[in-house]
Amino acid sequence: MAGAGGGGCPAGGNDLQWCFSQVKGAIDEDVAEADIISTVEFNYSGDLLATGDKGGRVVIFQREQENKSHPHSRGEYNVYSTFQSHEPEFDYLKSLEIEEKINKIRWLPQQNAAHFLLSTNDKTIKLWKISERDKRAEGYNLKDEDGRLRDPFRITALRVPILKPMDLMVEASPRRIFANAHTYHINSISVNSDHETYLSADDLRINLWHLEITDRSFNIVDIKPANMEELTEVITAAEFHPHQCNVFVYSSSKGTIRLCDMRSSALCDRHSKFFEEPEDPSSRSFFSEIISSISDVKFSHSGRYMMTRDYLSVKVWDLNMENRPVETHQVHEYLRSKLCSLYENDCIFDKFECCWNGPDSAIMTGSYNNFFRMFDRNTRRDVTLEASRENSKPRASLKPRRVCPGGKRKKDEISVDSLDFNKKILHTAWHPTDNIIAVAATNNLYIFQDKVN
Amino acid sequence: MLSKGLKRKREEEEEQQEEEALAVDTWWLDSDHPAVAPAPPAVASSSLFDLSVLKLHHSLRQSEPDLRHLVLVVNTLRRIQASMVPTAVLPPVPSLPAAPGMADNLLASSDAALSASMASLLEDLSHIEGLSQAPQPLAEEGPQGRPIGGPPPSLGSLDLLDPATGCLLDDGLEGLFEDIDTSMYDSDLWAPASEGLKPGPEGGPGEDAPELKETELDYLMDVLVGTQALERPPGPGR
Repeated sequence: MAGAGGGGCPAGGNDLQWCFSQVKGAIDEDVAEADIISTVEFNYSGDLLATGDKGGRVVIFQREQENKSHPHSRGEYNVYSTFQSHEPEFDYLKSLEIEEKINKIRWLPQQNAAHFLLSTNDKTIKLWKISERDKRAEGYNLKDEDGRLRDPFRITALRVPILKPMDLMVEASPRRIFANAHTYHINSISVNSDHETYLSADDLRINLWHLEITDRSFNIVDIKPANMEELTEVITAAEFHPHQCNVFVYSSSKGTIRLCDMRSSALCDRHSKFFEEPEDPSSRSFFSEIISSISDVKFSHSGRYMMTRDYLSVKVWDLNMENRPVETHQVHEYLRSKLCSLYENDCIFDKFECCWNGPDSAIMTGSYNNFFRMFDRNTRRDVTLEASRENSKPRASLKPRRVCPGGKRKKDEISVDSLDFNKKILHTAWHPTDNIIAVAATNNLYIFQDKVN
Repeated sequence: MLSKGLKRKREEEEEQQEEEALAVDTWWLDSDHPAVAPAPPAVASSSLFDLSVLKLHHSLRQSEPDLRHLVLVVNTLRRIQASMVPTAVLPPVPSLPAAPGMADNLLASSDAALSASMASLLEDLSHIEGLSQAPQPLAEEGPQGRPIGGPPPSLGSLDLLDPATGCLLDDGLEGLFEDIDTSMYDSDLWAPASEGLKPGPEGGPGEDAPELKETELDYLMDVLVGTQALERPPGPGR
């Protein structure tokens, strides 16, 4: 099994020295729930980094151009645009409140000067256009500089308005609103490689949309049983293949992944491929199903592999092999003996995401205590790092962390019982080409870069 | 300043935190949690069962429950249930008609401590559901935890609804598993058998009788869906 190749970017998480670069967000211990980051996503070039939060806001950071006179900037990310994407709503038919929390953001490939992204809450997807304005017109005939209309009878001469530079203004405007197509909570959106369509998935259904058409969508997967008593499984994530516009996958709460081909039938209830690893009988417990529930699925950039995240591990699957993954990486195996406690406090239901680096040679996912893990697929080495304010001196190297599963704790190790389970790293993102990572720790966004960068 | 402040569901989260506070404290202090199920467990402790029922209730009390959470808790509860029933009580091929027989057998066995914990559990929940049932006893330790291939056995009167009204919990609940088609958003709303209407206290004791024959969890699901079904004439089977 070969990695996806070098491509000029050093591979993996371990040959590199990760350093703190920036942290965004309030330092205040008292975290407002609305400020909790709920999604993080780089755009296709990596120049823009978007975050969504529980308050329905989107904040976009832009990477500064490297400046020879300010070498320390080294491509820092600064706020580019902030806007309120979703507001809390009330569904009058069902007497339900609809949360404004942004579940996912996905960028569209850039086609002109403006940037487009899709953002979604539980029920509604919106297409936002983010555009720059750095000029304004002056010298109108019918209105004066204040915007007041001039009396036409007083106009004695005509002039051509001229464009004058102004301070850069970044505007975000909603261009499309895709609503009323999901009865259940949307967990995923994925833009197709055709750049014209995208899918949205909720607990029981997946819909296919055209980006231009908001009043209708095609239902392509429906796992709702005729009799809801028979419901035993829900859809947890879905994604389009990065190159084959007819192929997508979706994962389930039972730890299975189905790959579907839209060419085979209009309704893709029947999968083309079914990925499931047989359960290890020796580790079977009452919580087996819960910990097998897949919280995220991501295709590799190459399109040859996909990665799934369940509660304790990350698995890499070869699309040509359905009966087992080609790699399994343990994220925090020391939690296996604590599953009952984690069930009690609901941590066992936490949904961690995972991501690939540009060359697909390394993968990253989050854990508790503000730890996150990186796995180098080539060297088979892994590292645990921490996103914390204590390690936030500029360009300070991150020290690898170790968790002591039990027994004698060595120096610099942290014991399992000391882990803070309220500090969860659920959302991480890796720059598409460079070794820059964004890690969301509750209401703070950490950006780390490697020393070479 | 765009901060939105606290969420609406915070008081529900606080309630759950109160209920589970003791468990969380125990967890922090004691790595050998008494309720930790060893792998592979033959039989679940009753506290794990109670915890699961509590979670199920809490999940159902949400105005719009997290379906994934609900399904996972229900499936886990089924596994726990399956392991708790003593094999002597099980019929060789479990099937729905046999369920009433199993329920009777389970009711016959008793466990004082379990009854007490069930009583307190039910008491906690009674203000939500208007329960009037006696706490149901469970066989605590079965000889083996043989998983059942068919539907899980009934636990007796694990009634989660008021048999008088047939209504389960809060207002939005009968819409729990209900599908509102996008056609609901079209101009022709309010079809005659409106899915949005909350059924009144239509379910008299007589109507519930056929449903009592089914397994308890299926019963639970049944009623959630069945609040809609109550508008239709009760059929002989489902």
